Amino acid sequence: MKTKAGRLNKTTKNDLITYGMVILAYIIVQILVSTGHVSSLIQGLLVPFCTYAIVAVALNLTVGILGELSIGHAGFMCVGAFTSAVFSLAFKQTMPAGPRFLIALLIGAASAALVGFLVGIPVLRLRGDYLAIVTLAFGEIIKNIVNALYLGVDSQGIHFTMKDALSLNMEEDGLVLIKGAQGVTGTPNDSNFTVGVVLLIVTLVIVLNFIHSRTGRAVMAIRDNRIAAESIGINVTKYKLIAFTLSASLAGVAGVLYAHNLSTLNALPKNFGYNMSILILVFVVLGGIGNIRGSIIAAVLLTLLPEVLRGLSDYRMLIYSVVLIAMMIFNWSPNVIFFRKRLQQRLTAGKKTGKEEA
Amino acid sequence: MSFAAHLINGISLGSVYALIALGYTMVYGIAKMLNFAHGDVIMIGGYAVFVGVSNLGMNPLAAIVVSMAVCTVLGVTIERVAYRPLRGASPLAVLITAIGVSYLLQNIALLVFGSDTKAFTNVVTLPNLELFDGQLVIKSVTIVTVIVSVIIMIGLTLFVKKTKIGRAMTAVSEDKGAAQLMGINVNGTIAVTFAIGSSLAAIAGVLLCSAYPSLTPYTGSMPGIKAFVAAVFGGIGSIPGAFIGGILLGVIENLSKAYISSQLSDAIVFSILIIVLLVKPTGLLGRQIQEKV
Repeated sequence: MKTKAGRLNKTTKNDLITYGMVILAYIIVQILVSTGHVSSLIQGLLVPFCTYAIVAVALNLTVGILGELSIGHAGFMCVGAFTSAVFSLAFKQTMPAGPRFLIALLIGAASAALVGFLVGIPVLRLRGDYLAIVTLAFGEIIKNIVNALYLGVDSQGIHFTMKDALSLNMEEDGLVLIKGAQGVTGTPNDSNFTVGVVLLIVTLVIVLNFIHSRTGRAVMAIRDNRIAAESIGINVTKYKLIAFTLSASLAGVAGVLYAHNLSTLNALPKNFGYNMSILILVFVVLGGIGNIRGSIIAAVLLTLLPEVLRGLSDYRMLIYSVVLIAMMIFNWSPNVIFFRKRLQQRLTAGKKTGKEEA
Repeated sequence: MSFAAHLINGISLGSVYALIALGYTMVYGIAKMLNFAHGDVIMIGGYAVFVGVSNLGMNPLAAIVVSMAVCTVLGVTIERVAYRPLRGASPLAVLITAIGVSYLLQNIALLVFGSDTKAFTNVVTLPNLELFDGQLVIKSVTIVTVIVSVIIMIGLTLFVKKTKIGRAMTAVSEDKGAAQLMGINVNGTIAVTFAIGSSLAAIAGVLLCSAYPSLTPYTGSMPGIKAFVAAVFGGIGSIPGAFIGGILLGVIENLSKAYISSQLSDAIVFSILIIVLLVKPTGLLGRQIQEKV
């Protein structure tokens, strides 16, 4: 008779390992924190771990499952971060923290999804390099607009302008929410490690279930052969849009988490620019394209390592870029793949003959 | 007069974009890959001239030649080490590698030269052209940039159409397999393309830094991306297209900076890319490529 574990199929088992890993890591960290074994430096990194893990999983959905490269995911993060931060700031006094964060989360995810959908309609008609460059362009557009935007609210309603704070024409009691390049200041600090881990698990549930669903299989069929998928009646644009919008919305969730961990939020090249998009891509590539668990591990490791090894911080991006190139050549080069196969064959052949001799 | 001045500044910036876009479009047309590191080769070219002129006291012209040599070697090395092993792999892998190379170059420059802005000395020392009793001043670097980019555009067109290696490039861009069967050295041709593109990048770097005299490790990345937009705008793979796209983009960027908003000019440039790809994905002078099953 088969045991219960034996009856689980491979993908379910794999997913359970992923969930287990996150929960176990959470428990271990909580124990370490309560016994005082975690330095304040690492404690400050706990929420960023979750933020980057979520956005890495989100990008992996686009790169690994949909098979299209997006280098504008920091832009979606930016949308989620700013919309939610504006909401939380506007209702800072009038709402309790719990429901406020929940609504902020929904707003962030929904607005990122909306932007992802709007961007996806034109972008997903393109493929490969064009798609990548358009997502990059879009990310820069978002960053530019956010940096130039002034938004305020008073009894007359909402005011916004692209010029300066004075041209908002606000009443005396009005509250300026976004101050152009200065961004949003005074966002309530609603996120903590527990919230982060819960969001990460929710993200995992959504993404892993999506991958194994009928929709997810259709998306992967498009990735593997678009024309074949089209010829068996899969609506390519629809499924691509679904996956892309979902990915954007999850990146928005990461943005919400990011915004509520900092009291000042502004769109710098460092946090929402091209560099951030590349960093997320490094997480995905290092963790393994299409491997959700790998993305989480890579995001946590690559966030932790530079903080622990301060001396290497100058070389951090240099090392990342070398790793990126080396990983791509090792995993994708036709010659290297051939060489690895031959090596593997020789090794297994060697083992077999060894056994026979014994 | 201010409109004319903005227009001329736009044409000047546009010629630099055009030069960079020529490199992009040649590599894209032949190797079918987006060489993300092209903008950073420009930056290296700028630093090579900077070191030559400021640190070694070289004659600017000699420094430009050295810089072209450095960039050519760099371009061919990048192609050999990073891109050639991935020929035949998925476009996604090639693109990610190219991004990695771009990052690598930026960070090497950051380590070697530091993050501080270097004041680039203008290598064009001709007098400025003054029109209408000095109401409209055209900088000499603008004139040189426009002339150089026109000459290079015409030269490249002739090179591709008339020479043996240029025709080999056209053949490789049409069909790699068939070109190989005809006895064309495909890898060699692609390497030559990278060499030409990179030496153009060196010239573009010098002109860019002469017009906007500040040099940082990130100098090349934004013009590089915008030049790609220009190449797409003009029709990727087309040499005159890259030129026209570059000029138009430079003019649009400068006019929107002057009359709409300086903060939003980048956003406007990138919106153009999205609109072009929606309305006419092949660009102004591009050809429709049928996808085979």
